[in-house]
Amino acid sequence: VSNYPNPLGICILESNVRMRNPAMDSSEPGQLFDDTSTSAGPQGAGHSGLDKGPVAYTGQTVLSDPMSNLAMAYGSSLASQGKEMMDKNLDRFIPVSKLKYYFAVDTLYVGKKLGLLVFPYMHENWEVCYQQDTPVAPRFDVNAPDLYIPAMAFITYILVAGLALGTQNRFSPEFLGMQASSALVWLIIEVLAVLLSLYLVTVNTDLTTIDLVAFSGYKYVGMIVGVLAGLLFGKTGYYLALLWCCASIFVFMIRTLRLKILSEAAAEGMIVRGAKNQLRMYLTMAIAAAQPVFMYWLTFHLVR
Amino acid sequence: MAFTLYALIQTAVLFTNAIAVLHEERFLSKIGWGAEQGIGGFGDDPGIKAQLLNLIRSVRTVMRVPLIIVNSVCILLLLLFG
Repeated sequence: VSNYPNPLGICILESNVRMRNPAMDSSEPGQLFDDTSTSAGPQGAGHSGLDKGPVAYTGQTVLSDPMSNLAMAYGSSLASQGKEMMDKNLDRFIPVSKLKYYFAVDTLYVGKKLGLLVFPYMHENWEVCYQQDTPVAPRFDVNAPDLYIPAMAFITYILVAGLALGTQNRFSPEFLGMQASSALVWLIIEVLAVLLSLYLVTVNTDLTTIDLVAFSGYKYVGMIVGVLAGLLFGKTGYYLALLWCCASIFVFMIRTLRLKILSEAAAEGMIVRGAKNQLRMYLTMAIAAAQPVFMYWLTFHLVR
Repeated sequence: MAFTLYALIQTAVLFTNAIAVLHEERFLSKIGWGAEQGIGGFGDDPGIKAQLLNLIRSVRTVMRVPLIIVNSVCILLLLLFG
């Protein structure tokens, strides 16, 4: 993938990235996932031609019964009707198509992003690449937020918490549910607080709610590392690992949010005076500083 | 620490109730948070106080009827199930 900053400073993705996967059906520009359905067709037809003889004879007795034929046709039409209705209604409550964008990741992206979360000090270009006004899918740009890592990290955090308590003989099955709902509640509170403060400071940003959920979910990676280090190396290991992860998530959040919340000039590094930019800088630092606090708050009771 | 989703819903209902009972004339105007002080300058930027007053006023207007319903349901459930 060749992302290059052009003279205007905006990162534009070259269109030749679409040629990377020749089997991809790239007719629509909004395609996020590879279409593998066509490749399985020819082989399937080739195989079934050979053994169609003996199978068709036994199959014919089941399908020739008109009543079961009718029942199957009715059942399949009912199923497709129900699916249609559910799709239509579900899209009203949960924007499924928008969610799909956040899960369009691949292994390389996940690896790079995890590395970035633990060691963000060497990365230079933090801008999100755009392609004709829409953000590029996370698969092609390591700076774009995704929901795959936060979701997986959340679930792993619950399991690791259970593991940690299990080694101290304090585990019970209800604990997993309690921990899960507790962490979820704190996540919701944090996202609501950030939304409220963004509204009060009147920031014109293109940060959506899902983006904020993604950013708040990135701290679970650091928490998992901390708790695992605490399990392996005791309290000192826990504190050291947590300190490192807190510092890196602080730097990560500041560098990512700076480009989204602050105005263009301030984000480039020039010191821009003015109460508004100062307020926005304080807001960015407050959001970033809340992450280590939450990280400590949600894990200290797990490591004794 | 042991938060459940139900506790979150309770907190949200209590907060919204608290905002809804702030009376416009008797209280907000007395401390300088009335509706007319919020509109203020028509410059480029409302400022934090204007945004906050706007938020309080819109919560009070929009959430009045849903709050009645939610509070009645809560009272009913608490009476029935303790």
